[in-house]
Amino acid sequence: MQETEVLEGSEAVAFAVKACRPQVISAYPISPQTHIVEALARMIADGEMDSEYVRVESEFSAASVISGASAAGSRSYTASSSQGLLLMTEVLYASAGMRLPFVITGVNRAISVPISIQVDHQDTISLRDSGVIQFYVESSQEAYDTHIAAFKIAEDPGILLPVSVCMDGWILTHSYERVSFLEQEEVDRFLPPFKPKNFLDVNDPKSWGSYAEEDVLMEFKYSIHRAMQYGKERIKEIFSELATITGRDHGGLIEAYRTRDAEVILVAMGSMVGTIKEAIDKLRSQGQRVGLIKIRCYRPFPFEDILDNIKVAKVVAVMDANFSMGSEGALGMDLKAKLCGRRGAPLVLDCVAGLGGREVNEKRVLEIVERAREVEESGLPLDEPYWAGLRPEILPEGAENDRQGKIG
Amino acid sequence: MKITLGAVVKGGTSLNYKTGSWRDQRPVLNIELCKACGVCESVCPDGAVHLVNEAYRIGYDYCKGCGLCAYECPADAIQMVAEEK
Repeated sequence: MQETEVLEGSEAVAFAVKACRPQVISAYPISPQTHIVEALARMIADGEMDSEYVRVESEFSAASVISGASAAGSRSYTASSSQGLLLMTEVLYASAGMRLPFVITGVNRAISVPISIQVDHQDTISLRDSGVIQFYVESSQEAYDTHIAAFKIAEDPGILLPVSVCMDGWILTHSYERVSFLEQEEVDRFLPPFKPKNFLDVNDPKSWGSYAEEDVLMEFKYSIHRAMQYGKERIKEIFSELATITGRDHGGLIEAYRTRDAEVILVAMGSMVGTIKEAIDKLRSQGQRVGLIKIRCYRPFPFEDILDNIKVAKVVAVMDANFSMGSEGALGMDLKAKLCGRRGAPLVLDCVAGLGGREVNEKRVLEIVERAREVEESGLPLDEPYWAGLRPEILPEGAENDRQGKIG
Repeated sequence: MKITLGAVVKGGTSLNYKTGSWRDQRPVLNIELCKACGVCESVCPDGAVHLVNEAYRIGYDYCKGCGLCAYECPADAIQMVAEEK
């Protein structure tokens, strides 16, 4: 019988991390991530957990500490948000290159400027090319379960990459939900101690991340990509192995929700997915054939699984809580790149939704579905992404020639 | 040579990695002019100049062609010539 409690999402993550027995944790405070490392500090201080807790002077150091600890053969963990994750960027690219399998909770928060503490996915999306595996979760329970899987995935000998579990700031980290916990023995059986083949050893000196000339660097990068591609199958196996223990199956790389006969399929990730499911249930009860694909694993990008579930769709509406200035959102770009040139591919409607904490409620989802129906009718994609809920009336002078959301 | 996971290499193995291919200027030592003073050996950043049987030799497996030896040689015994590949 699993123990169930109502508790803060941050605390649920801290319990998951504790159960994974990391030997080294580095910590630097930044909202909305802080409660996770605070809870871990308390567990260590109270003697409930045995781990080296390193308080550092910046996120650059937080990432460097767990990178070094991981190279020394220790299971390692940290968490950060927003500007903190950006400051880690250089170290994360290097850590992926050195194939160091630590776990980071990326608590999602907007990037300055304007300064904001509200949620969107710009921070972790900015790290998408680093070689770090990225999961996004919908609930505190999924955050708990995914952290336990994350260590096993990172440390898989065929993968050996850092893993970031991304969870929406505040909405998940600071709200109270029911979470069921595994017994320590169950986690220990699922996740054996970290025993890497290579580790820093004074009796057998080795150097990590050495110099590479133009004749070999491409092969290094290609081998990281290969590990990600191999990971697509392995991640699904590990998720389903965990599901047999927990009795909770959150899906594989994606979760397909009512997509089988759907003409319009929304694609989203993170906590907004719960709201979208409610909206879809409502539309379904009115006879509309609408579905959802929730992206659980963003890197590696689960294109094959998405394709399997959008075969009969006419329009796929992607809801990106991130934006590449001068272009469009990341999920939309990824999906279209893979769909391009495929016979019978659905049209893609790019939507920007939930930037800087802008609420994604049922009304907004219904608007997006309506917009998707217009695209379906016209048979043409939009020139520009649709910024859901944008308030053009507050734009500064000179921005009036805004043509977002116009068809053709 | 096979690449390793994480670019991990054993310590003390730098001699296995021949860096002479970087060179586009080759130092050529005229042994007739050389006074065997050793200035070239002391300024070479790669440790590529060695005394072999009382005569200096430049090791082209590691020399990157920086030209310090030619610049410092008091006897002008070293000329830099373009490397042809």
